[in-house]
Amino acid sequence: MTSLTTFVSVNDRQRPGVRAAVRSVQGLTLILLLLIGIGPLYWMIKGAVTPPTELSNHPLALWPDRPLLGNFSTAYTDLSIGHYLMNTFLVVGGSWFVQLFISSTAGFALSVLRPKFGKVIYGAILATMFVPYSVNMVSLFMTVIDVPLLHLNLGDTYWALWLPAGTNAFTVLLAKQFFDALPKELFDAARVDGANTWQLLTKIVLPMSRPVLAVISLLAVMHSWKDFIWPLVAITDPQKQPISVALAQLATQAPQDQLIAAMVLAVAPPVLVFVVCQKYIVAGLGFTGVKG
Amino acid sequence: MTLLTHPRRTAAVSKEPAKRAVDRRRGGALRKQLTAWLFLVPTLIVFGLFAWWPIVRSLLMSFQKTNLVEPATWVGLDNFRALFDDPLLSTAVGNTLFFVGLGLLIGFPAPLILAAVMSTVRRGAGVYRFLVYLPVVIPPVVAILLWKWFYDPGSGLFNSALGTIGLGPYTWLESSDSAMLSLVLEATWAGMGGAVLIYLAAMVGIPGELYEAAEVDGAGIWRRIWHIMLPQLRSVIGLLLLVQLISTVQVFTEPYVFTGGGPENSTLTVLLLIFRYAFQDGQYGEAAALSFLMVLALALLSAVYLRATRSWSKT
Repeated sequence: MTSLTTFVSVNDRQRPGVRAAVRSVQGLTLILLLLIGIGPLYWMIKGAVTPPTELSNHPLALWPDRPLLGNFSTAYTDLSIGHYLMNTFLVVGGSWFVQLFISSTAGFALSVLRPKFGKVIYGAILATMFVPYSVNMVSLFMTVIDVPLLHLNLGDTYWALWLPAGTNAFTVLLAKQFFDALPKELFDAARVDGANTWQLLTKIVLPMSRPVLAVISLLAVMHSWKDFIWPLVAITDPQKQPISVALAQLATQAPQDQLIAAMVLAVAPPVLVFVVCQKYIVAGLGFTGVKG
Repeated sequence: MTLLTHPRRTAAVSKEPAKRAVDRRRGGALRKQLTAWLFLVPTLIVFGLFAWWPIVRSLLMSFQKTNLVEPATWVGLDNFRALFDDPLLSTAVGNTLFFVGLGLLIGFPAPLILAAVMSTVRRGAGVYRFLVYLPVVIPPVVAILLWKWFYDPGSGLFNSALGTIGLGPYTWLESSDSAMLSLVLEATWAGMGGAVLIYLAAMVGIPGELYEAAEVDGAGIWRRIWHIMLPQLRSVIGLLLLVQLISTVQVFTEPYVFTGGGPENSTLTVLLLIFRYAFQDGQYGEAAALSFLMVLALALLSAVYLRATRSWSKT
């Protein structure tokens, strides 16, 4: 990925002074990154297995004398972390599906089918990018507890999180731009072969768009996993809250070592997913950076 | 292998009188329009109900009084008047600008510098990228609770570590002078990874010939950074500046979880104030009025950005 010539050239690298300087800056940066990348996670795990007295008497000890694993099961059952994690999985799964569905149908309609006034709709979608939903949380909340025309109260249901998740203008933009670049002849050929519009989307466009669908999925999952303010507002029933909202409430009640164990459990799924798919995730982010 | 029922195909190949063919083509065009709009229906419903309508409603609500039970009544500019009479407004705006400013000062150059160093790494570049992005995948609430523990004045990591070299103890979150700085440090750490990777991708995309030509002309490493790399990154830097401004203006989770807006309202931000108005005091009108002003500010920011980038692309 790294090109051979950056602002440090091949010739520079052959000069001993420059080489030593570059090497030491790189080394120091690596140490810094280890400290800020792995460090906090390590310290959290250490905190979770350390008895409370040791935690306050020897705060700088790198590892406890007698590590305890009991905090994890206490946190999982007594603090209901398992239950809250399940809620989060439900929230993330639904939000992911809605966002993928909206982005691909909207992108397909606006890029391939191109109805009259499609540009107006696209413009109206893009305009919402400048109005982050968190700023409008009050009117969004009022809308969700009494949906216009339908008069449904979605408050305290996951629909209140799933449906607004579909209003991500950036993923619609990503999908449309990607579909724009697909060869048009292919669509005509499929039409000639008798494919209807739905088949055109599911058999031709979507299978060719795996990279952008992966990026949209990544953005959708990360956003809904990390979101805090909207679930805090929309889900007030403690039984239904996702883990992030629940943790913020638990922080004021639970003993510190149990809370830290709960935090480890909450951070484990996203970190594990990142460790397993990191190459893909990092490449996907570069993709959005270039595209967006 | 064509289906003869397909309207466009039939129209194109049939030997029917021209008038009928035109009729069919018109019907086909109408059907195409209908199909296209059918695919837009879910989008229109979701954006209509949960994006466009709330934006309009926010504007309407800022001129209304409502308590969720009785029908809303129009009150003109009363909400704005009440808002400007509230001494907390200027506190919240000041704090938010302070957070944005500190965030720029600390959080803006850091990813650029890190990415520049990382762009020179040949072996093990993946390790650097993995480490730099790791904090980003930690859910914000977990990250904040972790740092709250680090900031603990008694047994926290920071005071314990600094104490061993004879510094501190510092108050971090407990004093109104340092609380906001503590929030910015955490937010910078949590948000830096994404910007680093985007800068890195842009740096890798700079053609090597530019650097080689500069080297032939006798430019040293610093001049190559200043005269080649930074100008090449101009549009990415501008975009990330806008992204950072927009996201830091909306800061909410940090003050809500770290301090609840304290001590002495020193970390009360605009979004936290909106939240308090609406969900603690039930003053939905004032909350909506403040939201509306915030939207105006963000729109202004984006307009300035678009202006600036347009003039860049001209030069």
